[in-house]
Amino acid sequence: MTVTATTSPYLDQFRQLAPTLPGGRLPWLGALRCAGAERFAALGFPGTRQEAWKYTNLRALEKVVFAPPPAAAVSIDRVSSVLPEDLVRHRLVFVDGRFRAALSAVGDLPAGVAITSLAAALEATPDLLEGHLGRLGAVDGHALLALNTAFAEDGAVLLLSRGVDLEAPVELVFVTTGVTTAMTSPRLLVVAEPDSRATVIEHHVGLGETASFSNVVAEIEVGAGARLEHYKVQRESPAAFHIAVATARIGRDACYDNFVLTQGAQLSRSEIRAVFAGTGGDCRLSGAYMVRGHQHCDTTTLIDHAEPQCSSREVYKGALDDHSRAVFQGKIVVRPGAQRTDGHQLNRALLLSEHAEIDSKPELEIYADDVKCSHGCTVGELEDTALFYLRSRGIDRVGARALLTAAFLNEAIDEIPVEAVRTAFQDLTADWLQGS
Amino acid sequence: MLEIKNLHASVAGKPILKGIDLSIGPGEVHAIMGPNGSGKSTLSYVLAGRDGYDVTDGSVSYDGLDLLTMEPEERAASGVFLAFQYPVEIPGVSNMTFLKAALNAVRKHRGDKELDAMEFLKLIRAKTRLLNMTDEMLKRAVNVGFSGGEKKRNEVLQMAVLDPKLAVLDETDSGLDIDALKVVAEGVNALRGPERSALVITHYQRLLDYIVPDFVHVLAHGRIQRSGGKELALELEAKGYAEFGVDEAA
Repeated sequence: MTVTATTSPYLDQFRQLAPTLPGGRLPWLGALRCAGAERFAALGFPGTRQEAWKYTNLRALEKVVFAPPPAAAVSIDRVSSVLPEDLVRHRLVFVDGRFRAALSAVGDLPAGVAITSLAAALEATPDLLEGHLGRLGAVDGHALLALNTAFAEDGAVLLLSRGVDLEAPVELVFVTTGVTTAMTSPRLLVVAEPDSRATVIEHHVGLGETASFSNVVAEIEVGAGARLEHYKVQRESPAAFHIAVATARIGRDACYDNFVLTQGAQLSRSEIRAVFAGTGGDCRLSGAYMVRGHQHCDTTTLIDHAEPQCSSREVYKGALDDHSRAVFQGKIVVRPGAQRTDGHQLNRALLLSEHAEIDSKPELEIYADDVKCSHGCTVGELEDTALFYLRSRGIDRVGARALLTAAFLNEAIDEIPVEAVRTAFQDLTADWLQGS
Repeated sequence: MLEIKNLHASVAGKPILKGIDLSIGPGEVHAIMGPNGSGKSTLSYVLAGRDGYDVTDGSVSYDGLDLLTMEPEERAASGVFLAFQYPVEIPGVSNMTFLKAALNAVRKHRGDKELDAMEFLKLIRAKTRLLNMTDEMLKRAVNVGFSGGEKKRNEVLQMAVLDPKLAVLDETDSGLDIDALKVVAEGVNALRGPERSALVITHYQRLLDYIVPDFVHVLAHGRIQRSGGKELALELEAKGYAEFGVDEAA
């Protein structure tokens, strides 16, 4: 299969759609989209010969020609929240990639906070986005990021002015209906000015059986002294493809905390790139992935210690059943001069079936001498002695396995400092273990 | 209550139990004493149904049921409880969650209503008081960071919660100082009753000062070599296991 064969349908679509996309009259945006399309055309879908995609084969994705869903809206009555309803005061809901005002609600906001859909922001306040959109998620060597840049028509924008504390979490719900073989290209932009604080929960959920393709890009600017908690749940439908790239720039003394709970999609990749832009920054990336059947789930992280005295901590845990496969690629780069860096990474996987497989690739590149860096990865099975102990107390085999697997995964979920989110993610894990 | 006939069992192809016959009636407490390697722990694991302990001959009937065909969880639900010599640590599962899951699994199997959080808390508080256990021990992960004594008390707590008809105590005295031993023994004695039987497996006679058995059996070389009353334990304490062809001087 040549690059052209699999990319040309998308380029044709782009030529047709470009003039109709939100903000299509904005020259800077038009240029950005064209750059995305051109870059995608040049790169093609990544192949397994590329180091970063060695373990995740996108051939099944390439075989299907996805297209942005037709404008006719699929009707949806309600969308359930990850958090208890009374905790969610701000919620943006997107159905097949497009904002649905009727399902969304934004409560009272402190002065200096904007929460809006990308399409609306491009119409109403494009000046606020120019210079931010496409900056952290620049169209470079990443073909799917480029593809998203060409097609992104909606998504969420969160702007926090200096010093503002948005206490209530913002929930972003992306529903894929699976009515058509839809490609959606949600784009998230978070600009947290110095000393601001917010919690964002990203929830991707699939309803149908049809193959769909969510190609998500997030750009997250965490200003000096700001704190951003970014939690994601991926529960796409079993036929879905879900590819996401989040790029965070962490300012001086700022904190970025990211957790990804992965349960859905036939093939998913969560890629997080965090770069320190000032001293004293703190980055925490963690996640729990749980897959079964023939699911494939890829977690790829890059932490770029470009500045001294920053700390990073990664804790990922995964449970793999049946014939599922997982990939973990964790890279930590410590640049020359980034002294007193503290970086720790852990990936632990539990194989619940002899047919499940994981490829785990930690990578440390250290160019400074006064650093503390460690990584660990383990692959194991449930312990027979523990299983027998539980069964000898009356808990059946299925229940014992679920209890031990939950305990294993909860070690990662315990990294989440927000109790309501932690509880919600534990509940989702328990649901998954029950088989739903 | 329990009828063991000609029980033979192997571990990894190696015969360990070579024809055990033992009958335990309702309300009776039997002690099995024996040197290291005599097959004491193997007997307890065979009764609890652990994988890897292969019964090659004989039968075990419990309360009219063919025990050996039952899954470990079915045995537990039917009232068989094994107190482990080495209780297993389970990181990430709180003692409370574990006990509640176990009790409700057993209650469900017995056709009783499962307890909700409040009902369970009330029950567990009463049991922990009896064993000098703190609430803090309930919140901690199962046996993780517990001292030897705490682990054994935790075993007895589980036993008290699950309310078994046949308790098998595998070297419950090992690793305990005398105070811990007394607490554990009191916990076990509190469960004695006309319908409840126990099989106390021990190397030393000391435990039997506190849990006084009705019968004592000597296990050596995979068979019961001698049976008698509680005075047999004292005799063994004095003479050792030499008369059964076991030299423990080393």
